[in-house]
Amino acid sequence: MELNELYREVILDHNRHPRNFGRLDPADALANGHNPLCGDKLTVTLRMDGDAISDLKFDGNGCAISVASASMMSEAVKGRPRAEVDALFDRVHALLTQADAPSDGIGKLAALSGVREFPARVKCASLCWHTLNAALANLQGSAPSPISTE
Amino acid sequence: MSTPYNVAQVRSDFPILSRQINGRRLAYLDSGASTQRPRAVIDAVDYYETQLHSNVHRGVHTLSQLATDAFEAARERVRRYINATSTREIIFVRGTTEAINLIAQVWGGVTLQAGDEIIVSALEHHANLVPWQMACAARGATLRIAPIDADGQLQFDQFLAMLGPRTRMVAMTHVSNVMGSVLPVQAICAAARERGIATLIDGAQAVAHETIDVRALGCDFYAFSSHKLYGPTGIGVLYGREALLEALPPWQGGGDMIRTVSYQSATWNDLPYKFEAGTPHISGAIGLAAAMDYVESLGLKAIAAHEHALLQRATAALLQVPGITLQGTAADKGPVLSFTLAGVHPHDLGTILDHEGVAIRAGHHCAMPLMDLLGVPATARATFGCYNDNEDVDQLVRAVVRAREVFG
Repeated sequence: MELNELYREVILDHNRHPRNFGRLDPADALANGHNPLCGDKLTVTLRMDGDAISDLKFDGNGCAISVASASMMSEAVKGRPRAEVDALFDRVHALLTQADAPSDGIGKLAALSGVREFPARVKCASLCWHTLNAALANLQGSAPSPISTE
Repeated sequence: MSTPYNVAQVRSDFPILSRQINGRRLAYLDSGASTQRPRAVIDAVDYYETQLHSNVHRGVHTLSQLATDAFEAARERVRRYINATSTREIIFVRGTTEAINLIAQVWGGVTLQAGDEIIVSALEHHANLVPWQMACAARGATLRIAPIDADGQLQFDQFLAMLGPRTRMVAMTHVSNVMGSVLPVQAICAAARERGIATLIDGAQAVAHETIDVRALGCDFYAFSSHKLYGPTGIGVLYGREALLEALPPWQGGGDMIRTVSYQSATWNDLPYKFEAGTPHISGAIGLAAAMDYVESLGLKAIAAHEHALLQRATAALLQVPGITLQGTAADKGPVLSFTLAGVHPHDLGTILDHEGVAIRAGHHCAMPLMDLLGVPATARATFGCYNDNEDVDQLVRAVVRAREVFG
């Protein structure tokens, strides 16, 4: 378990220079995510084009893992239809929790594989994905509610 | 005390300190969250479990008597530690949180009326905030927050100005778990008492670091946890002045807290048992008593002087690291060092420090409103105990420098 497995250069870069940082206004959906354990908070806003996410931004504050994960997610899901986003979330979740999960074909997101060696940090990396899911659920007219990792 | 403080000897009393973390020497700087246990406490609990265990206050058999004797001796040990008048004033509870909830619910339930006010400080841990929010909501009372200054000390004059005809309770921390500030508890309690206002002091961060004399402090209630005083988890103490406790109804109903019971009604046992329904944490009380013996054998003055020297060493060294901001700079501080490092989130700092064998707390420290007040999402916090040494401090500082390097 080495620190540079967790804090890979791509993660440090996305933490220093988060992509798609901010809020879309107007947005088709908004969701707030909160990790009460460490106080990480983030907000995801998105716009849809039919069944696909046409644009997405996030803001808030959090640790390097949570900011970098959200930044890389924002790049990865833009332009994708929901089924592909769901599949990508499954791949990332497996990557964060299962030792034998494959990391091919998911681009930069593979950099998150080091997180599973640091169990206390898995929720940091998954917060943005849970928040994105909540935003997508809000699209369907269900009441918006803050989501929490706890 | 003429003999110098022998920290190497103290460290050898704590078995866990000899283990490694991530292949490195353990620098345990999270005693503010929970202290480690000395061999004397582990042995006292072990002796109880292997030689004395039975239920207390019940059987006529030998073990029950032995367990009862040991449990009640622990109560007397606690009484002496905080200089209470009587063991009837010593209620065993699960911890500080339960002690405060007990008073907020029981005292609040019979005392608070709509329009009454309770005053806490801006420093409070959730445990001395949320129970009062709940009590106020239940009774239509108002919770007021006494402000702090930029160093993290209570603004005493503003606090005094808040005391009014509707103030019923002043509930404050003795030592801030985030900023380390030692509050002027004696003056706070005197001001409240002059006006007929009750006082509760959250002593969780104080009991391991200074001599506690509840009569000298002049408080009505004092709460603390064993596991922040080198004792077991799951046990703590509520001290209450006897006349006040006597006037309160019981909290939970059940065994031990009753004198007589019919199918329709019951009468209450005497203090302290009135507030101790059910089988208590017997081994915990015995471990706590052993921890108090241990702490007093080292001497609280000697411990405090040692910890203060560590705090000064760490403060001076961290201030040499570019980007460090200290949270909490009161003149009178307990051994608590909260800080942030520019460009590195406290959670990342915690992970990197852990990798270097340094255990600190990173987060909101159960004080979310205070984090908002300070304008930070979280802080890193190093806290010192009797067993910490200069090497722990130096390891901390090296690890913080390493974190800066990782984040470049």
